[in-house]
Parts: sequence; structure tokens; C-alpha cells
Amino acid sequence: MTVNETLATYSNYLVYGAMAAYSIAMFAFAVSFAAMRGRDLVPASAAPATTDADNGSLAVVTKVATTVGGPDDGALPPGRRAGNIGMSTTWLGTILLGAAVLLRGLSVQRAPWGNMCEFSMTSAFAIALTFCLMSLKRDLRWLGVFVVTPVLLILGAAMTFLYTEAAQLVPALKSYWLVIHVSAAMICGAAFCIGAMVTLLFLVADASERRHAVGGTYRLDWLAARLPESARLDAMAYRIHAFMFPLWTFAIVAGAIWAENAWGRYWGWDPKETWAFITWVAYAAYLHARATVGWKGRKAAAIALVAFGCFVFNYVGVNIFITGLHSYAGV
Amino acid sequence: MTEVRDSSSHTVDAPQSFSTAPAETDAGAPVGIGLVGWLRWAWRTLTSMRTALILLFLLALASVPGSLLPQRGTNPIRVTDYLANDPVKGRIFDRLGLFDVFSAPWFAAIYLLLFISLAGCVLPRSLQHWRTVRSRPPAAPRNLHRLPEHRRVAPAAGTAPQQTLDTAAAWLRRARWRVDTTYDGTSGTVAAEKGYARETGNLVFHVALLCLLGAVAYGSLCGFKGTVIVREGSSFADTRAQFDSFNPGKAFRDTSLPPFAFTLTKFTADYQRGGQQNGAAREFSADVKVVREPGSPATAENIQVNEPLVVNGVKVFLVGHGYAPTLTVKDAQGQVVFHDSVVFLPQDGDFTSTGVVKAPDTVPQLGLQGFFLPTAAVDTVLGPHSTFPAADDPAVFLSAWSGDLGLDSGKPQSVYALDTTHMTKLGIEALRPGESWALPGGHGTVTLDGYVQWASFTVASDPGTDLALVAAVAAITGLALSLLVRRRRVWVRVSSGPQGVTVVEVAGLTRSEHASVAEEVDALASALGTTSNTRTTAPQGPEENR
Repeated sequence: MTVNETLATYSNYLVYGAMAAYSIAMFAFAVSFAAMRGRDLVPASAAPATTDADNGSLAVVTKVATTVGGPDDGALPPGRRAGNIGMSTTWLGTILLGAAVLLRGLSVQRAPWGNMCEFSMTSAFAIALTFCLMSLKRDLRWLGVFVVTPVLLILGAAMTFLYTEAAQLVPALKSYWLVIHVSAAMICGAAFCIGAMVTLLFLVADASERRHAVGGTYRLDWLAARLPESARLDAMAYRIHAFMFPLWTFAIVAGAIWAENAWGRYWGWDPKETWAFITWVAYAAYLHARATVGWKGRKAAAIALVAFGCFVFNYVGVNIFITGLHSYAGV
Repeated sequence: MTEVRDSSSHTVDAPQSFSTAPAETDAGAPVGIGLVGWLRWAWRTLTSMRTALILLFLLALASVPGSLLPQRGTNPIRVTDYLANDPVKGRIFDRLGLFDVFSAPWFAAIYLLLFISLAGCVLPRSLQHWRTVRSRPPAAPRNLHRLPEHRRVAPAAGTAPQQTLDTAAAWLRRARWRVDTTYDGTSGTVAAEKGYARETGNLVFHVALLCLLGAVAYGSLCGFKGTVIVREGSSFADTRAQFDSFNPGKAFRDTSLPPFAFTLTKFTADYQRGGQQNGAAREFSADVKVVREPGSPATAENIQVNEPLVVNGVKVFLVGHGYAPTLTVKDAQGQVVFHDSVVFLPQDGDFTSTGVVKAPDTVPQLGLQGFFLPTAAVDTVLGPHSTFPAADDPAVFLSAWSGDLGLDSGKPQSVYALDTTHMTKLGIEALRPGESWALPGGHGTVTLDGYVQWASFTVASDPGTDLALVAAVAAITGLALSLLVRRRRVWVRVSSGPQGVTVVEVAGLTRSEHASVAEEVDALASALGTTSNTRTTAPQGPEENR
């Protein structure tokens, strides 16, 4: 099998196109976020109960839904237009990136995740696609800038210091388990990334709410005011993690089956396996913490972030700094 | 708690009884309760969720040095190097077991405690869950309107209370709820519960983890793993003596090695030529002739990296390869004192390989050591080295030694090292296939006849693998159930209102995090009549749409 250089080149152009689209999206989301009318941070019990105040920014959204399409919808709420631009350019970037991944795969006639460059590219696509699909069900414009920025960073890394020419695989990777194991890991990585972002924002919202509950203010109030309430962020983060934990377990088990088939043992404490295990244990700790008195909320959120840190280290740190069976040609 | 049939005992905080988890109490250390009390306290502490959480942290933390420091199990040579380079720190680390983290007693202590904690938590919960599943759904709370989901329904005119209850029960049974109806002639309730798979899945997951640990232990106790290097044209028979290294489990007996043998007929390797990944391996393939049982005919088979050979429950994996130059050594009289293909071990990605030849059957004894280079190059910095892994331009660079090989000293020697303490160097020479070298001082000649390739194989058997796979699949299934299924309850109450009007209420409750029974309560309500009151649903924003 030879490499189709033309397709590989087109794939690169598409990645650059996607990066351009994401750059616009990032800028638009940032503008939208900044212009958004923040919600009132004074707790509902302290403030006179008005219908809008206790539903916060979401009430704004609801009101928008009723005004859009109305007879005089000339005036969109602040930041709305920029948010729409961000959302549609994110979709555009994701479509371009999807095409890039597809062409890269076609150029080498295999799953396009055989080295760190391809893996990063496809992971960025997975993050963006997950975000786009999640946004179909709910309004996620407030989250846009926090998702598109890491996507752009990952793509930048993939096209610069991680860049690897399209090539065939080393024999160790020639297995259909590459498709199963690695794609499961990438989907988990994408969702964990979004989960970590939401968790981070939860910590901001939570800190702000805590201060306001005792009549104080918080340095990041400007940020918190534009986010949904902490309880909702917490619920959203939990749902993402709870949904992904079985898949992460599956990714590890699929890796073990592959290892049994390639190396003669299903588990050997290779650095990659060890860190997959550490990540798994950390996310398990997060799920348990949420059911343990005294560990809910902030502490559980911190565990989720540590777990995501382990995931990232397993990908970046173990591949680059530690030699093991998962070290392959072309990083 | 589910045995209680008196509805007065149920209050709005009924969700507390949803879980079979033991109540989390922070009792602190017990005072004056004697040995039994202390034991009970210790057991309760060990099996609490908080302890499990701490043990999980410890387990993750304890694994970290296992990935950052070299481990004897995976890379013994780098452990030896570490000890040589930094003896002080190395000795301390070694004493702490940091080079054998995953077989260290303290690591075992953590996971055994965790599994005891897990068993102590899961077994009582299983019993509790078994009782819950067999008992009736809990009776309706007195004040249904205080539940998170509540609807008031007006049934069609002339519908008897009994009829409404029957309709509700039938509707719920069709939707596979567990249903319990009570009716005293004037008023009655239907209590229903669904989503027991959540707790079942949770318990299955944890029990599967226990099974997984058992499978790992069983496999490492009764299995074995050996490695062997086989040259093209040579054979391997599955006996302990033929392995280069052999690691049996503690309960393994040699009689369980299946008696098979194979010959490596041809090894093929293919490499990328040109481009950024020049020299990267693309294809490894070992053609073998296998005799599966003594006396049975040899069959031609092929072993590749992801395609092991399976013989009687034993798997043969292709794990490495290299070159073995074929050398002939003649002594001063022209007698052949050595003729064989010698395994040279690769030192880098381009297969610059080193090896040793020992010719003890001549006086003085002769020794050769040096390099085999598949694509030979020499420069002043690297010395003789290979520039490509394929044998495009093979050569050997040898130094010849004469004297005493030290084989009679009784000390075990590596076949890959030459002990030159009692030898004198005769000279060095580069040879290409077919070339001969007349050793200086009339010590004889060395001829490079050519080369063959060798492949290294791991032969392994792990009888715990199948059990581990079953446990893993059960664990994933259980996990998915426990995280995705919602446990929820609904109640329907028909009672007489103030003016003799029949009041029908439908209410629902879920404790599974952030799940909702609103849709089901709505559907049930509309099956019973027209919903007259507004929905009393906890405020939810548009993004919480499900």
C-alpha cells in the first residue's frame, strides 16, 4: 500500500481551513460572552422575587425564544448575534475537520489515528463534534469559547511540533483493535475534555455563589454571572462523566484484549496501561465522591479535574517522556 | 424499611430509602465498647464509602512510581542501570519496593483492603437489594403534592375509583413497572417502582471487579511465560530447557507444557524507505512449520505481530527479530573449529547489532566480538554502525582474541559477552559476505559465509484470561446499567374530596441524580383522565430538556 500524497495534502489544507473557522468562532464566542447580559448574582432569597431574577440568564434565553420571530425582532439581546456566528462557524470548522480526517484516512487507507499528529487531529474533531451535537439539544453558546479554544490549541500542536507525514503503520498497530480501542479512547477524551471545562466553570460559579450567600463578592463574578447556576453546571458535568465512564472502561478492556493478542498478556503495567488505570481510578473516585457525604460539590469537582489531568498526562506525558510498549515511530 | 406498610411512616424524605447504601454516619471513635465494639467499628469504617474513596486515591497514587521508575517486571535491564548510576537513591528505592511496585506488599495491601472494603459493602447491599426486589413497592406518602412531580387528574365522568386504580395498575404493568394496589372500598393507592437494574448493575459491576481480581490471581498462579530466540532454519520444542527465559506461576507444573515444536523456515521484514519515517517497520512475518503433537505431521503456518500461533491453549507471539551472521572459524591447521549462525542483538533502530563467537576447541582458544551491520557505514563519530534496518549492504566488524575464554572457571557466562581478561587482542577487520580474514600471527581464518535472520517469540499461557474477559464484560454491562438506568417511583391515589368528589392524584419521585419522572407521570396522568392542575415541577431551564 502506498500513500496518496495528494489526498494527504488536501487533508492538511482542510485542517488549516478548519483552524481559520475555529479562530473566527473563538473570537465570536468571546465577543458574545463578553456582551452577554450577566445574571443577577444576589441569591433569590435575598433579592425580591422577580420572575426573571431567579431563573437567571436562562430566563434571558427563554425570553429570546419568545421574541425571535416576533413582529419586531430587530433587536437581538446583546451578544446573541456573535454567539450565532460562533456556533455556525464551529459547525463549519467541524465539517472541514471531519473531511480532513476522512481524507487523511483515505490517503493511507487505514484509520487516521496511527501517531500523535493524527490522534490529536481526530481528537480535536471528536471534541468539536461532541460539542456541536450537545448544542443541538440545549443552548451552549456560553460554553463555546471554552471548547473551541482547546480544539484550536490541539490542532495547532498537531500541525506543528507533532506533525507527521502520512505514512503506513508499524506492524504493532496493524489490527482492527486500533479502530475499536483508539476510537473509544478518543471519544472519551473528547467528552472528558468538555466535562473538565464544565467542571472548571462549575468551580467558578460555585465559588461566586458561596461568596454571595454570605454577602461577599468574587473576583470572577463577571464570569460567573454569564454562566448557568452552579447546580446546573454540576449536573451537566456529572452527566457527561457518568455517560463516559463505562466507555472509558470499555476502552481499557479493548486495549487489554488487543495487548493479549499482540504481546501475550492482557495487562502488564506498561506506563500507558498504568496511567489508563490511574485515570480510571480517579474517575471512579469522582463518581464515588459524589455519593459520599462531605465530598460532593467542590471536592468531587477537583477530583474530576485531577482525573482529566491524568488522562492528558497519559496521552502527552507518557508518549513523549516515558518509554514503553506504546512508543511508536513518529510519536 | 420496605416492609413497612403503614403509609404514615412515609414522609416526603422517602427518597432516602431509595438506596440500599448504608447510612453515612460520622460516629467518630467509639468509647468504652470493648473488643467486639472496636472490631465492629473497624469493620464499619473499612466498609464505608469514605474509606473506599481514600483507598482509591491511594491506589492511584501508589501506581505513579510504577510508571515513572523502571520496573523489574517489564524492564529489568534499566533497573540494573538505575542501580549502577545512582546506587544511594537506587538502594533506598529498591528497599521500598519501588522497582517492583505492582508486586510490592504495600501495593497489595492497598488493593486487598480496597477489595475487602468493596466486598463488605457489596455483599450486605446485595442481600438488601434482593429483599427490596422481592418486597412490594413502598406505600404512597401521605402528602403526594409535596413530591417533586405531582398532577391532579379529573377522570372521565362516572369512572369508579376502583376502575381508575385498575387502569393505572394495568398501564404501569404494561410499561414493566412493579405495581402494588391497595383499595379499602372508598379510597386506594397504586404504588409502583421501576429501574431496579440500576442497583443490580451497580452490584454486578462491583462483584465483577472481585471476579477480575480472582481471574488475574488464578492466571498468574497457574500460567507461564517464556521467551525464546529462534534462527531461520532452527527449531524450538516446548520444554523448559529450550527457553531463553522462563517465568512460571507458583502453581505451574512442567507437565502442563503442551508438547509442540516448530521450525522457523523464513522471517520477512519490510521497512519504510524514504520520507520522515524512513526505516520504520511496516511488516513482520514469520513462516513456521508446526508439529502440534509428537508424531503429527508438520503444518506450515504464519505468525505476525497481531496474529499469534495458538497451540493447545498456549499462544506463541512474535515479539522481536534480528540478524545472525554465519561465521566459520578455522584454526592454524585449517581445521574448522566453529561454524554456526550466531545471534547478534540489535542495539538501535537501524539494527546495529553486537555479538560474540567463542571457539573453545582449539589451543589457544579463540574469541570474536563485534558488530553486524545490515547496511554498513563507518564514520568518525559513531564508528561502525548501520544506517538502515534491512540487510542492503551487510558486513561484520570483528575483533579477534586469543587465550583463555574462561569457560572452565565454573562461573556461568553470557553467550553475548566475551571475558577478555585472559586473552590478547589479535586485530580487527571488516568482512562482507564471502570474505575471509587470515588472523594475525597465524592463528587461523575467519570467514563470513552470510547471515540468517532470527525471530524472538513469547510463549505464554494464562488460564485466567477467559474468566477475566467475562468479568470485564460483566463489569462494563453493570456499570452502564448503574449509571444510565433511572430508579423511580410513582403513586396514584384515589380518594374522596370534600364534596364527595373523587380526587385522583398522580405523583412521582426519582433519586437517580438529575433524572426526572416528569414525562412518565404526565403520560400516566393523561391515561387516567384530564390533568386539571398545573405541573408542579421543580424549575428547569431550557437546556435541561431531555
